[in-house]
Amino acid sequence: MTEETLTHTPLTTQQEIKKTGRAIPDWVFVFPGIYFGWVLTKGEAISWYRITEMFYFQGFHMYGIFMTAIPTGALGIWLIRKLRIKALNGEPIEIPKKRFHKGYIIGGLIFGLGWALTGACPGPLYAQIGTGFTVVIVTLLSAIFGTRVYARWKDKLPH
Amino acid sequence: MIHWLQQPWPWYVAGPLIGLSVPLLLVMGNKRLGISSSLRHICAACIPGKIPFLQYNWKQQRWNLYFVLGILIGGFLAGYVFANPHPVAVSQHTQAMLQQWHIQEGAGLLPEQWFNWHQLLSWQGLMLTVVGGFLVGFGTRYAGGCTSGHGIFGLSSLQWPSLVATASFFLGGIISAHWILPLLFK
Repeated sequence: MTEETLTHTPLTTQQEIKKTGRAIPDWVFVFPGIYFGWVLTKGEAISWYRITEMFYFQGFHMYGIFMTAIPTGALGIWLIRKLRIKALNGEPIEIPKKRFHKGYIIGGLIFGLGWALTGACPGPLYAQIGTGFTVVIVTLLSAIFGTRVYARWKDKLPH
Repeated sequence: MIHWLQQPWPWYVAGPLIGLSVPLLLVMGNKRLGISSSLRHICAACIPGKIPFLQYNWKQQRWNLYFVLGILIGGFLAGYVFANPHPVAVSQHTQAMLQQWHIQEGAGLLPEQWFNWHQLLSWQGLMLTVVGGFLVGFGTRYAGGCTSGHGIFGLSSLQWPSLVATASFFLGGIISAHWILPLLFK
């Protein structure tokens, strides 16, 4: 961000376009979504069986996924920072800091309880529906309702 | 070709490809991987009421809704059109436990005998879908993220609050799997 503003000199409109690039339309993000859904499903990360196996420490599969996904993501972010890669729309890539509050623990525990029951975190919920378990639509609606209830009572909850 | 497409992927293939979505979204449009936010955007779009937490321009986050639509399509392609015809190859310990719970492992990624419309109104079915879903939606928003936003993105960007959140997810899951699941299937 700062670099961008520091080096900013008046540009003609054409140069401006060249420099800032063009924003990708929102609907295009359906494609990384398809990619993500495909990979989650083929990797069985959306499987209730795999999640149960994981919480009983009976298999390495899910741990292997986390232990390779995180370093890959970290390497990607490191490269982006190191090479100062910009987003396709020309923006410098920003990673906002997460600010800790007690909800990370309390909410985290509550989510975990649900994760073992449904065998799904929010991403896999969508994928599970796609694989033909249409009853998971109810789970998704209930999750939306849960979010709504949190929003309603947010101010009364410890954070 | 079909067989090749139907095969499930080992962790060392799926894991890195999942992680790759983090830089992919950043480069594509400065987007941070996070999926539970979609639940909030849906609330903001459909049932905002007069709640300040839901008063924001959700349309600016529309990419996220397209992204989760894509996940659904990806699940359809990988788990329906090109579904693995064999049961998930969980470990023998897990298989033995499933037997104790009287769960028949079919070809699907979830136990079909519990995750269907007929079971929805059994108390077990309610727990696995309605109650479970509520906890997922409430808990992720309270925790400010889920397995993708904290577990993958947050940890990839080396943020300690996400580590605390992810540890809490696992602790909750372990408690639920060891103390609640057995009650459902005994």
